Amino acid sequence: MNSSIIESRPDFAAIAAWIPPGSSVLDLGCGDGSLLRYLRETREVQGYGVEISDANIAACIANNVNVIQSDLESGIADFENQSFDFVILSQTLQATRHTEALMNEIVRVGREGIVSFPNFGYWKNRLQVLLGNMPVSDELPYQWYDTPNVHLCTLDDFEFLCAHLHIRVLGRHVMAGGRNVHAMPNLLGSTAVYRFRLDV
Amino acid sequence: MNASVGIVSAQRASFDTPLTVKSGAVLPRYELMYETYGTLNAGKSNAILICHALSGHHHVAGFYADNEKNIGWWDNMVGPGKPIDTEKFFVIGLNNLGGCHGSTGPSSIDPQTGKPYGASFPVVTVEDWVESQARLATLLGITQFAAVIGGSLGGMQAMQWALSYPERVRHVLAIASAPHLTAQNIAFNDVARNAILTDPDFHSGDFYQHGVVPTRGLRLARMLGHITYLSDDAMADKFGRELRSGKLNFSFDIEFQIESYLRYQGDKFAAYFDANTYLLMTKALDYFDPARELDGNLNRAFAAAKAKFLVVSFTTDWRFSPGRSREIVHALLHNKLDVSYAEISSQHGHDSFLMDDEQYFSVMRNYLDRVAQEGVA
Repeated sequence: MNSSIIESRPDFAAIAAWIPPGSSVLDLGCGDGSLLRYLRETREVQGYGVEISDANIAACIANNVNVIQSDLESGIADFENQSFDFVILSQTLQATRHTEALMNEIVRVGREGIVSFPNFGYWKNRLQVLLGNMPVSDELPYQWYDTPNVHLCTLDDFEFLCAHLHIRVLGRHVMAGGRNVHAMPNLLGSTAVYRFRLDV
Repeated sequence: MNASVGIVSAQRASFDTPLTVKSGAVLPRYELMYETYGTLNAGKSNAILICHALSGHHHVAGFYADNEKNIGWWDNMVGPGKPIDTEKFFVIGLNNLGGCHGSTGPSSIDPQTGKPYGASFPVVTVEDWVESQARLATLLGITQFAAVIGGSLGGMQAMQWALSYPERVRHVLAIASAPHLTAQNIAFNDVARNAILTDPDFHSGDFYQHGVVPTRGLRLARMLGHITYLSDDAMADKFGRELRSGKLNFSFDIEFQIESYLRYQGDKFAAYFDANTYLLMTKALDYFDPARELDGNLNRAFAAAKAKFLVVSFTTDWRFSPGRSREIVHALLHNKLDVSYAEISSQHGHDSFLMDDEQYFSVMRNYLDRVAQEGVA
Protein backbone atom coordinates (compact mmCIF):
# COMPACT_ATOMS: atom_id res chain seq x y z
CA MET A 1 0.00 0.00 0.00
CA ASN A 2 2.78 2.43 0.92
CA SER A 3 4.54 2.15 -2.41
CA SER A 4 1.30 2.76 -4.33
CA ILE A 5 0.58 5.89 -2.28
CA ILE A 6 4.01 7.24 -3.10
CA GLU A 7 3.53 6.51 -6.79
CA SER A 8 0.19 8.29 -6.91
CA ARG A 9 1.34 11.21 -4.76
CA PRO A 10 5.02 12.00 -5.34
CA ASP A 11 4.75 15.00 -3.02
CA PHE A 12 4.14 12.58 -0.11
CA ALA A 13 7.67 11.17 -0.31
CA ALA A 14 9.12 14.69 -0.43
CA ILE A 15 7.06 15.68 2.62
CA ALA A 16 7.98 12.53 4.53
CA ALA A 17 11.68 13.07 3.86
CA TRP A 18 11.53 16.30 5.88
CA ILE A 19 9.77 14.83 8.90
CA PRO A 20 11.94 13.26 11.61
CA PRO A 21 10.56 10.15 13.32
CA GLY A 22 8.31 10.82 16.29
CA SER A 23 7.24 14.30 15.19
CA SER A 24 3.77 15.67 15.78
CA VAL A 25 1.92 16.54 12.60
CA LEU A 26 -1.28 18.39 11.72
CA ASP A 27 -2.48 17.71 8.17
CA LEU A 28 -4.96 20.33 6.95
CA GLY A 29 -7.37 18.98 4.36
CA CYS A 30 -6.08 15.48 5.02
CA GLY A 31 -8.42 13.69 2.59
CA ASP A 32 -8.79 10.02 3.44
CA GLY A 33 -5.80 10.17 5.79
CA SER A 34 -3.35 8.45 3.40
CA LEU A 35 -0.48 10.83 4.14
CA LEU A 36 -0.96 10.64 7.91
CA ARG A 37 -1.19 6.89 7.73
CA TYR A 38 1.97 6.77 5.64
CA LEU A 39 3.75 9.07 8.10
CA ARG A 40 2.58 7.00 11.04
CA GLU A 41 3.77 3.77 9.46
CA THR A 42 7.10 5.13 8.20
CA ARG A 43 7.87 7.94 10.68
CA GLU A 44 5.83 7.01 13.78
CA VAL A 45 4.38 10.50 13.88
CA GLN A 46 1.57 11.49 16.20
CA GLY A 47 -0.82 13.08 13.77
CA TYR A 48 -4.19 14.67 13.40
CA GLY A 49 -6.03 15.59 10.25
CA VAL A 50 -8.57 18.30 9.61
CA GLU A 51 -11.14 17.46 6.97
CA ILE A 52 -14.60 18.64 5.99
CA SER A 53 -16.03 15.87 3.80
CA ASP A 54 -18.17 13.16 5.41
CA ALA A 55 -16.76 10.40 3.20
CA ASN A 56 -13.18 11.37 4.09
CA ILE A 57 -13.98 11.45 7.82
CA ALA A 58 -15.24 7.88 7.64
CA ALA A 59 -12.20 6.90 5.53
CA CYS A 60 -9.72 8.50 7.96
CA ILE A 61 -11.29 6.62 10.85
CA ALA A 62 -11.05 3.39 8.86
CA ASN A 63 -7.37 4.26 8.25
CA ASN A 64 -6.90 4.59 12.02
CA VAL A 65 -6.02 8.25 11.58
CA ASN A 66 -7.12 10.92 14.06
CA VAL A 67 -9.35 13.35 12.22
CA ILE A 68 -11.28 16.45 13.24
CA GLN A 69 -14.27 17.33 11.09
CA SER A 70 -14.03 21.02 10.39
CA ASP A 71 -13.60 23.60 7.70
CA LEU A 72 -9.82 23.93 7.63
CA GLU A 73 -9.83 27.71 7.31
CA SER A 74 -11.94 28.26 10.44
CA GLY A 75 -11.12 25.03 12.26
CA ILE A 76 -7.42 25.73 12.65
CA ALA A 77 -8.24 28.51 15.12
CA ASP A 78 -8.98 25.72 17.67
CA PHE A 79 -5.35 24.66 17.72
CA GLU A 80 -2.93 26.19 20.18
CA ASN A 81 0.21 28.19 19.31
CA GLN A 82 3.23 26.09 18.32
CA SER A 83 1.40 22.90 19.28
CA PHE A 84 2.72 20.82 16.35
CA ASP A 85 6.16 20.18 14.95
CA PHE A 86 4.72 20.34 11.42
CA VAL A 87 1.53 21.69 9.91
CA ILE A 88 0.98 20.30 6.41
CA LEU A 89 -1.21 21.67 3.66
CA SER A 90 -0.96 19.29 0.75
CA GLN A 91 -2.34 20.32 -2.68
CA THR A 92 -4.97 22.51 -1.02
CA LEU A 93 -3.44 26.00 -0.83
CA GLN A 94 -4.78 26.94 -4.25
CA ALA A 95 -8.34 26.09 -3.16
CA THR A 96 -8.30 28.13 0.05
CA ARG A 97 -10.18 31.39 0.22
CA HIS A 98 -8.25 33.32 2.88
CA THR A 99 -4.86 32.08 1.78
CA GLU A 100 -2.79 34.79 3.45
CA ALA A 101 -4.54 34.32 6.81
CA LEU A 102 -4.13 30.56 6.53
CA MET A 103 -0.39 30.86 5.94
CA ASN A 104 -0.15 32.94 9.12
CA GLU A 105 -2.15 30.29 10.98
CA ILE A 106 0.13 27.51 9.74
CA VAL A 107 3.21 29.16 11.21
CA ARG A 108 1.31 30.06 14.40
CA VAL A 109 0.21 26.46 15.10
CA GLY A 110 3.25 24.69 13.64
CA ARG A 111 6.92 25.15 14.40
CA GLU A 112 7.30 24.46 10.69
CA GLY A 113 4.89 24.49 7.79
CA ILE A 114 4.95 22.24 4.74
CA VAL A 115 2.87 23.23 1.74
CA SER A 116 2.59 21.58 -1.66
CA PHE A 117 0.78 23.08 -4.63
CA PRO A 118 0.64 22.95 -8.42
CA ASN A 119 2.93 25.47 -10.11
CA PHE A 120 0.87 27.72 -12.36
CA GLY A 121 4.12 28.89 -13.91
CA TYR A 122 4.87 25.41 -15.31
CA TRP A 123 5.68 25.79 -19.02
CA LYS A 124 2.75 23.63 -20.14
CA ASN A 125 0.38 25.90 -18.22
CA ARG A 126 1.99 28.98 -19.71
CA LEU A 127 1.71 27.46 -23.16
CA GLN A 128 -2.01 26.79 -22.77
CA VAL A 129 -2.58 30.38 -21.65
CA LEU A 130 -0.46 31.62 -24.53
CA LEU A 131 -2.59 29.58 -26.91
CA GLY A 132 -5.66 31.22 -25.45
CA ASN A 133 -7.07 28.75 -22.90
CA MET A 134 -7.04 28.24 -19.14
CA PRO A 135 -4.67 25.33 -18.35
CA VAL A 136 -6.09 21.84 -17.82
CA SER A 137 -3.60 19.13 -16.79
CA ASP A 138 -2.99 16.26 -14.35
CA GLU A 139 -2.20 18.79 -11.62
CA LEU A 140 -5.02 21.14 -12.64
CA PRO A 141 -7.71 18.72 -13.76
CA TYR A 142 -10.59 21.24 -13.87
CA GLN A 143 -12.26 23.47 -16.37
CA TRP A 144 -12.27 27.17 -15.50
CA TYR A 145 -16.00 27.01 -14.69
CA ASP A 146 -15.90 24.06 -12.26
CA THR A 147 -12.53 24.50 -10.58
CA PRO A 148 -12.27 24.75 -6.78
CA ASN A 149 -8.94 26.53 -7.31
CA VAL A 150 -9.35 30.22 -6.56
CA HIS A 151 -5.76 31.15 -5.61
CA LEU A 152 -3.38 29.63 -8.11
CA CYS A 153 0.21 30.86 -8.03
CA THR A 154 3.68 30.30 -9.42
CA LEU A 155 6.70 29.37 -7.31
CA ASP A 156 7.91 32.96 -7.49
CA ASP A 157 4.50 34.22 -6.38
CA PHE A 158 4.51 31.87 -3.38
CA GLU A 159 7.98 32.92 -2.34
CA PHE A 160 6.94 36.55 -2.62
CA LEU A 161 4.02 35.88 -0.27
CA CYS A 162 6.35 34.14 2.21
CA ALA A 163 8.68 37.15 2.22
CA HIS A 164 5.70 39.46 2.67
CA LEU A 165 4.53 37.43 5.71
CA HIS A 166 8.05 37.21 7.23
CA ILE A 167 8.10 33.50 6.58
CA ARG A 168 11.48 31.97 5.89
CA VAL A 169 11.65 29.16 3.32
CA LEU A 170 13.79 26.33 4.72
CA GLY A 171 13.55 23.95 1.80
CA ARG A 172 11.97 23.47 -1.58
CA HIS A 173 11.34 20.36 -3.63
CA VAL A 174 10.16 20.79 -7.21
CA MET A 175 8.92 17.98 -9.41
CA ALA A 176 7.51 17.33 -12.86
CA GLY A 177 6.11 14.01 -14.00
CA GLY A 178 7.43 12.32 -10.84
CA ARG A 179 11.01 13.50 -11.49
CA ASN A 180 12.93 16.09 -9.53
CA VAL A 181 13.51 19.45 -11.18
CA HIS A 182 16.57 21.52 -10.36
CA ALA A 183 17.07 23.96 -13.23
CA MET A 184 14.55 26.75 -13.84
CA PRO A 185 11.99 25.33 -11.40
CA ASN A 186 9.43 28.10 -11.94
CA LEU A 187 9.27 27.08 -15.60
CA LEU A 188 10.02 23.36 -15.54
CA GLY A 189 8.34 22.22 -12.30
CA SER A 190 4.68 21.19 -12.26
CA THR A 191 4.43 20.64 -8.48
CA ALA A 192 6.32 22.14 -5.57
CA VAL A 193 6.68 21.33 -1.89
CA TYR A 194 7.94 24.03 0.46
CA ARG A 195 9.13 23.81 4.02
CA PHE A 196 9.12 27.05 6.02
CA ARG A 197 8.82 28.71 9.38
CA LEU A 198 8.16 32.13 10.81
CA ASP A 199 11.26 34.28 10.58
CA VAL A 200 11.93 35.46 14.12
CA MET B 1 -28.14 -5.16 8.75
CA ASN B 2 -31.44 -6.00 10.42
CA ALA B 3 -30.06 -8.86 12.47
CA SER B 4 -31.02 -8.78 16.12
CA VAL B 5 -29.25 -10.28 19.10
CA GLY B 6 -32.60 -12.06 19.52
CA ILE B 7 -34.14 -13.04 22.82
CA VAL B 8 -32.38 -11.49 25.79
CA SER B 9 -33.01 -11.53 29.50
CA ALA B 10 -32.06 -9.09 32.22
CA GLN B 11 -29.83 -10.06 35.11
CA ARG B 12 -29.51 -8.64 38.58
CA ALA B 13 -26.21 -8.03 40.39
CA SER B 14 -26.21 -7.41 44.16
CA PHE B 15 -23.55 -5.37 45.92
CA ASP B 16 -23.09 -5.55 49.69
CA THR B 17 -20.08 -3.25 49.92
CA PRO B 18 -21.42 0.16 51.00
CA LEU B 19 -21.16 2.88 48.36
CA THR B 20 -20.38 6.38 49.60
CA VAL B 21 -21.72 8.76 46.98
CA LYS B 22 -20.34 12.21 46.21
CA SER B 23 -22.86 13.94 48.49
CA GLY B 24 -21.46 11.94 51.41
CA ALA B 25 -24.55 9.73 51.73
CA VAL B 26 -23.97 6.01 52.00
CA LEU B 27 -25.90 3.25 50.26
CA PRO B 28 -25.21 0.14 52.40
CA ARG B 29 -26.27 -2.19 49.59
CA TYR B 30 -27.75 -1.93 46.14
CA GLU B 31 -28.64 -3.87 43.05
CA LEU B 32 -28.00 -3.17 39.38
CA MET B 33 -30.00 -4.59 36.49
CA TYR B 34 -28.00 -5.39 33.41
CA GLU B 35 -28.05 -7.28 30.13
CA THR B 36 -25.18 -8.67 28.09
CA TYR B 37 -24.90 -9.50 24.39
CA GLY B 38 -22.16 -11.40 22.60
CA THR B 39 -19.37 -13.42 24.19
CA LEU B 40 -16.57 -12.30 26.48
CA ASN B 41 -13.31 -13.55 24.93
CA ALA B 42 -10.73 -15.55 26.83
CA GLY B 43 -8.57 -12.49 27.43
CA LYS B 44 -11.65 -10.56 28.62
CA SER B 45 -10.49 -7.75 26.37
CA ASN B 46 -13.55 -7.28 24.14
CA ALA B 47 -16.06 -5.79 26.59
CA ILE B 48 -18.02 -2.66 25.76
CA LEU B 49 -20.11 -0.77 28.30
CA ILE B 50 -23.14 1.18 27.07
CA CYS B 51 -24.11 4.06 29.35
CA HIS B 52 -27.66 5.28 29.06
CA ALA B 53 -29.07 8.80 28.91
CA LEU B 54 -31.81 10.40 30.98
CA SER B 55 -34.63 7.95 30.38
CA GLY B 56 -32.65 4.87 29.29
CA HIS B 57 -32.07 1.54 30.94
CA HIS B 58 -30.33 -1.83 30.66
CA HIS B 59 -32.45 -3.13 27.77
CA VAL B 60 -30.19 -1.88 24.98
CA ALA B 61 -30.71 -4.53 22.28
CA GLY B 62 -32.75 -7.58 21.39
CA PHE B 63 -36.21 -8.38 22.74
CA TYR B 64 -37.81 -10.35 25.52
CA ALA B 65 -39.25 -13.84 25.10
CA ASP B 66 -42.55 -12.80 26.66
CA ASN B 67 -42.81 -9.57 24.68
CA GLU B 68 -41.23 -9.46 21.23
CA LYS B 69 -42.30 -5.85 20.82
CA ASN B 70 -40.16 -4.74 23.75
CA ILE B 71 -37.06 -4.02 21.66
CA GLY B 72 -33.91 -2.52 23.20
CA TRP B 73 -33.51 1.27 22.94
CA TRP B 74 -30.35 1.08 20.80
CA ASP B 75 -31.16 -2.04 18.82
CA ASN B 76 -30.36 -0.25 15.55
CA MET B 77 -26.75 0.27 16.75
CA VAL B 78 -26.09 -2.91 18.74
CA GLY B 79 -26.32 -6.42 17.32
CA PRO B 80 -24.65 -8.94 15.03
CA GLY B 81 -23.10 -7.09 12.08
CA LYS B 82 -24.22 -3.71 13.45
CA PRO B 83 -21.77 -0.88 14.27
CA ILE B 84 -21.46 -2.12 17.87
CA ASP B 85 -21.04 -5.67 16.64
CA THR B 86 -22.04 -8.36 19.14
CA GLU B 87 -20.14 -10.92 17.06
CA LYS B 88 -16.93 -9.10 17.98
CA PHE B 89 -17.73 -7.50 21.31
CA PHE B 90 -19.22 -8.48 24.64
CA VAL B 91 -21.68 -5.64 25.21
CA ILE B 92 -23.09 -4.68 28.59
CA GLY B 93 -26.07 -2.44 29.17
CA LEU B 94 -27.13 -1.51 32.67
CA ASN B 95 -29.74 0.52 34.47
CA ASN B 96 -28.00 3.18 36.49
CA LEU B 97 -28.23 3.50 40.22
CA GLY B 98 -31.28 5.61 41.02
CA GLY B 99 -33.08 4.32 37.93
CA CYS B 100 -36.58 2.95 37.79
CA HIS B 101 -36.09 -0.18 35.71
CA GLY B 102 -35.02 -2.59 38.42
CA SER B 103 -31.76 -1.12 39.72
CA THR B 104 -31.93 0.28 43.22
CA GLY B 105 -33.57 3.68 43.06
CA PRO B 106 -36.10 5.92 44.78
CA SER B 107 -38.98 3.57 43.94
CA SER B 108 -37.18 0.51 45.35
CA ILE B 109 -37.95 -0.80 48.84
CA ASP B 110 -35.42 0.34 51.42
CA PRO B 111 -34.64 -2.87 53.34
CA GLN B 112 -34.10 -0.82 56.50
CA THR B 113 -37.62 0.62 56.51
CA GLY B 114 -39.58 -1.78 54.36
CA LYS B 115 -40.89 1.25 52.41
CA PRO B 116 -39.79 2.83 49.13
CA TYR B 117 -36.75 5.10 49.49
CA GLY B 118 -38.62 8.05 47.99
CA ALA B 119 -37.12 11.34 49.10
CA SER B 120 -34.49 9.55 51.21
CA PHE B 121 -32.70 8.15 48.16
CA PRO B 122 -29.42 10.05 47.81
CA VAL B 123 -28.74 12.37 44.90
CA VAL B 124 -26.24 10.50 42.75
CA THR B 125 -23.75 11.93 40.28
CA VAL B 126 -22.06 10.78 37.09
CA GLU B 127 -18.97 9.94 39.17
CA ASP B 128 -21.10 7.76 41.47
CA TRP B 129 -22.53 5.94 38.47
CA VAL B 130 -19.06 5.24 37.09
CA GLU B 131 -18.04 3.88 40.49
CA SER B 132 -21.04 1.53 40.57
CA GLN B 133 -20.40 0.52 36.94
CA ALA B 134 -16.77 -0.24 37.78
CA ARG B 135 -17.95 -2.57 40.54
CA LEU B 136 -20.24 -4.32 38.07
CA ALA B 137 -17.31 -4.68 35.65
CA THR B 138 -15.18 -6.20 38.41
CA LEU B 139 -17.97 -8.62 39.25
CA LEU B 140 -18.06 -9.71 35.59
CA GLY B 141 -14.27 -10.17 35.57
CA ILE B 142 -13.59 -7.20 33.30
CA THR B 143 -10.50 -5.23 34.30
CA GLN B 144 -10.45 -3.04 31.19
CA PHE B 145 -13.17 -2.12 28.70
CA ALA B 146 -12.36 -2.06 25.00
CA ALA B 147 -14.75 0.89 24.90
CA VAL B 148 -17.26 2.78 27.00
CA ILE B 149 -19.95 4.34 24.84
CA GLY B 150 -22.77 6.75 25.57
CA GLY B 151 -24.93 9.50 24.11
CA SER B 152 -25.92 12.70 25.94
CA LEU B 153 -25.80 11.97 29.69
CA GLY B 154 -24.37 8.59 28.68
CA GLY B 155 -21.49 10.39 26.95
CA MET B 156 -20.74 12.19 30.21
CA GLN B 157 -20.41 8.81 31.93
CA ALA B 158 -18.16 7.55 29.14
CA MET B 159 -15.89 10.60 29.57
CA GLN B 160 -15.93 10.21 33.35
CA TRP B 161 -14.68 6.64 32.91
CA ALA B 162 -11.53 8.00 31.25
CA LEU B 163 -11.03 10.36 34.21
CA SER B 164 -11.95 8.06 37.11
CA TYR B 165 -10.41 4.88 35.70
CA PRO B 166 -7.85 5.81 33.03
CA GLU B 167 -6.40 2.30 33.06
CA ARG B 168 -9.73 0.57 32.72
CA VAL B 169 -10.94 1.95 29.39
CA ARG B 170 -9.14 1.92 26.02
CA HIS B 171 -11.67 3.93 24.01
CA VAL B 172 -14.32 6.46 24.91
CA LEU B 173 -17.13 7.24 22.46
CA ALA B 174 -18.89 10.41 23.62
CA ILE B 175 -21.87 11.14 21.39
CA ALA B 176 -24.05 14.28 21.45
CA SER B 177 -22.54 15.17 24.80
CA ALA B 178 -20.99 18.16 26.57
CA PRO B 179 -18.24 18.87 29.10
CA HIS B 180 -20.90 20.44 31.34
CA LEU B 181 -24.38 21.90 30.93
CA THR B 182 -24.83 25.56 30.09
CA ALA B 183 -27.08 27.83 32.18
CA GLN B 184 -29.79 27.50 29.53
CA ASN B 185 -29.59 23.74 29.70
CA ILE B 186 -29.79 23.72 33.52
CA ALA B 187 -32.76 26.08 33.20
CA PHE B 188 -34.65 23.57 31.06
CA ASN B 189 -33.95 20.89 33.65
CA ASP B 190 -35.14 23.14 36.44
CA VAL B 191 -38.45 23.88 34.75
CA ALA B 192 -38.92 20.13 34.31
CA ARG B 193 -38.09 19.52 37.96
CA ASN B 194 -40.44 22.29 39.05
CA ALA B 195 -43.28 20.69 37.12
CA ILE B 196 -42.75 17.55 39.23
CA LEU B 197 -41.92 19.25 42.54
CA THR B 198 -45.07 21.42 42.46
CA ASP B 199 -47.43 18.61 41.48
CA PRO B 200 -49.71 18.12 44.53
CA ASP B 201 -49.37 14.37 44.02
CA PHE B 202 -45.59 14.53 44.51
CA HIS B 203 -45.79 14.61 48.33
CA SER B 204 -42.16 15.71 48.66
CA GLY B 205 -41.05 12.55 46.89
CA ASP B 206 -42.93 10.10 49.11
CA PHE B 207 -45.98 9.73 46.87
CA TYR B 208 -45.70 5.92 46.89
CA GLN B 209 -47.26 5.71 50.37
CA HIS B 210 -50.14 7.89 49.22
CA GLY B 211 -51.01 5.58 46.36
CA VAL B 212 -50.66 8.37 43.80
CA VAL B 213 -48.18 9.34 41.07
CA PRO B 214 -47.32 12.95 40.11
CA THR B 215 -48.39 12.24 36.57
CA ARG B 216 -49.14 15.83 35.63
CA GLY B 217 -45.70 17.04 36.62
CA LEU B 218 -43.89 14.15 35.01
CA ARG B 219 -45.74 14.57 31.76
CA LEU B 220 -45.06 18.31 31.63
CA ALA B 221 -41.39 17.60 32.33
CA ARG B 222 -41.29 15.13 29.47
CA MET B 223 -43.15 17.42 27.08
CA LEU B 224 -40.66 20.20 27.72
CA GLY B 225 -37.73 17.84 27.42
CA HIS B 226 -39.07 16.42 24.20
CA ILE B 227 -39.27 19.86 22.58
CA THR B 228 -35.62 20.42 23.34
CA TYR B 229 -34.58 17.04 21.93
CA LEU B 230 -36.05 17.83 18.51
CA SER B 231 -34.97 20.49 16.05
CA ASP B 232 -37.20 23.30 14.84
CA ASP B 233 -36.93 21.93 11.30
CA ALA B 234 -37.74 18.36 12.30
CA MET B 235 -40.87 19.54 14.11
CA ALA B 236 -41.89 21.73 11.19
CA ASP B 237 -41.39 18.80 8.79
CA LYS B 238 -43.25 16.31 10.92
CA PHE B 239 -46.15 18.45 12.16
CA GLY B 240 -46.05 21.90 10.63
CA ARG B 241 -49.23 23.77 11.59
CA GLU B 242 -51.42 20.83 10.83
CA LEU B 243 -54.71 20.71 12.72
CA ARG B 244 -56.15 17.47 14.03
CA SER B 245 -59.70 18.20 12.95
CA GLY B 246 -58.73 20.33 9.99
CA LYS B 247 -60.34 23.48 11.42
CA LEU B 248 -59.93 25.92 14.30
CA ASN B 249 -62.13 25.10 17.30
CA PHE B 250 -61.48 28.23 19.36
CA SER B 251 -60.85 26.17 22.48
CA PHE B 252 -57.95 25.05 24.64
CA ASP B 253 -58.30 21.41 23.68
CA ILE B 254 -55.75 19.70 21.49
CA GLU B 255 -55.92 21.33 18.07
CA PHE B 256 -52.51 21.29 16.44
CA GLN B 257 -50.89 17.93 15.68
CA ILE B 258 -47.80 18.92 17.62
CA GLU B 259 -49.93 19.30 20.75
CA SER B 260 -51.39 15.88 20.23
CA TYR B 261 -47.95 14.37 19.73
CA LEU B 262 -46.41 16.03 22.80
CA ARG B 263 -49.30 15.06 25.07
CA TYR B 264 -49.13 11.50 23.81
CA GLN B 265 -45.39 11.37 24.50
CA GLY B 266 -45.93 12.93 27.93
CA ASP B 267 -48.69 10.48 28.87
CA LYS B 268 -46.73 7.49 27.64
CA PHE B 269 -43.68 8.52 29.64
CA ALA B 270 -45.58 9.39 32.82
CA ALA B 271 -47.20 5.95 32.78
CA TYR B 272 -43.93 4.10 33.33
CA PHE B 273 -41.21 6.48 34.50
CA ASP B 274 -40.57 7.34 38.14
CA ALA B 275 -40.75 11.04 39.04
CA ASN B 276 -37.95 10.80 41.60
CA THR B 277 -35.69 9.11 39.06
CA TYR B 278 -36.41 11.94 36.62
CA LEU B 279 -35.38 14.50 39.24
CA LEU B 280 -32.26 12.55 40.05
CA MET B 281 -31.17 12.08 36.43
CA THR B 282 -31.55 15.79 35.66
CA LYS B 283 -29.50 16.63 38.74
CA ALA B 284 -26.73 14.29 37.60
CA LEU B 285 -26.73 16.18 34.28
CA ASP B 286 -26.57 19.57 36.01
CA TYR B 287 -23.77 18.55 38.37
CA PHE B 288 -21.48 16.97 35.78
CA ASP B 289 -18.48 19.27 35.39
CA PRO B 290 -15.08 17.58 35.55
CA ALA B 291 -13.39 21.00 35.44
CA ARG B 292 -15.31 22.41 38.41
CA GLU B 293 -12.59 21.78 40.99
CA LEU B 294 -9.87 22.87 38.53
CA ASP B 295 -10.94 26.51 38.12
CA GLY B 296 -13.06 25.50 35.16
CA ASN B 297 -9.98 24.35 33.26
CA LEU B 298 -11.13 21.42 31.12
CA ASN B 299 -7.60 20.89 29.78
CA ARG B 300 -6.43 20.02 33.27
CA ALA B 301 -9.47 17.81 33.84
CA PHE B 302 -8.52 15.61 30.89
CA ALA B 303 -4.85 15.43 31.89
CA ALA B 304 -5.62 12.20 33.74
CA ALA B 305 -7.16 10.50 30.68
CA LYS B 306 -5.32 7.87 28.67
CA ALA B 307 -8.10 6.55 26.46
CA LYS B 308 -8.53 7.22 22.77
CA PHE B 309 -11.65 9.18 21.94
CA LEU B 310 -14.31 9.40 19.30
CA VAL B 311 -16.47 12.50 19.73
CA VAL B 312 -19.63 12.80 17.65
CA SER B 313 -22.11 15.67 17.42
CA PHE B 314 -25.14 16.48 15.26
CA THR B 315 -25.59 19.74 13.40
CA THR B 316 -29.20 20.39 14.51
CA ASP B 317 -28.66 19.39 18.15
CA TRP B 318 -29.15 22.64 20.05
CA ARG B 319 -29.43 21.04 23.49
CA PHE B 320 -25.93 19.48 23.19
CA SER B 321 -24.63 21.50 20.27
CA PRO B 322 -21.56 20.72 18.12
CA GLY B 323 -19.77 23.62 19.82
CA ARG B 324 -19.99 21.77 23.14
CA SER B 325 -18.43 18.67 21.58
CA ARG B 326 -15.66 20.80 20.11
CA GLU B 327 -14.86 21.99 23.65
CA ILE B 328 -14.24 18.35 24.56
CA VAL B 329 -12.10 17.85 21.44
CA HIS B 330 -10.10 20.97 22.25
CA ALA B 331 -9.23 19.70 25.73
CA LEU B 332 -8.28 16.28 24.33
CA LEU B 333 -6.03 17.90 21.71
CA HIS B 334 -4.40 20.01 24.41
CA ASN B 335 -3.49 16.78 26.20
CA LYS B 336 -2.26 15.20 22.95
CA LEU B 337 -4.74 12.36 23.29
CA ASP B 338 -5.86 10.43 20.25
CA VAL B 339 -9.21 11.83 19.15
CA SER B 340 -11.41 11.87 16.11
CA TYR B 341 -14.38 14.18 15.81
CA ALA B 342 -17.33 13.77 13.46
CA GLU B 343 -20.02 16.40 13.04
CA ILE B 344 -22.99 14.61 11.52
CA SER B 345 -25.43 16.54 9.32
CA SER B 346 -28.74 15.44 10.72
CA GLN B 347 -32.23 16.89 10.96
CA HIS B 348 -33.33 15.28 14.17
CA GLY B 349 -31.77 17.49 16.85
CA HIS B 350 -30.52 15.86 20.04
CA ASP B 351 -32.51 12.70 19.29
CA SER B 352 -30.25 12.12 16.28
CA PHE B 353 -27.95 9.98 18.37
CA LEU B 354 -30.66 7.32 18.54
CA MET B 355 -31.60 7.49 14.85
CA ASP B 356 -30.38 5.66 11.77
CA ASP B 357 -28.02 7.79 9.72
CA GLU B 358 -25.64 6.48 7.10
CA GLN B 359 -22.72 8.76 7.94
CA TYR B 360 -23.16 8.36 11.73
CA PHE B 361 -23.26 4.59 11.39
CA SER B 362 -20.22 4.53 9.05
CA VAL B 363 -18.20 6.53 11.54
CA MET B 364 -19.25 4.29 14.44
CA ARG B 365 -18.69 1.10 12.45
CA ASN B 366 -15.27 2.14 11.11
CA TYR B 367 -14.10 3.27 14.54
CA LEU B 368 -15.24 0.13 16.32
CA ASP B 369 -13.80 -2.10 13.58
CA ARG B 370 -10.42 -0.59 14.43
CA VAL B 371 -11.04 -1.19 18.13
CA ALA B 372 -11.87 -4.83 17.38
CA GLN B 373 -8.71 -5.28 15.29
CA GLU B 374 -6.59 -3.84 18.11
CA GLY B 375 -7.98 -6.50 20.40
CA VAL B 376 -6.87 -9.22 17.99
CA ALA B 377 -3.37 -7.85 17.40
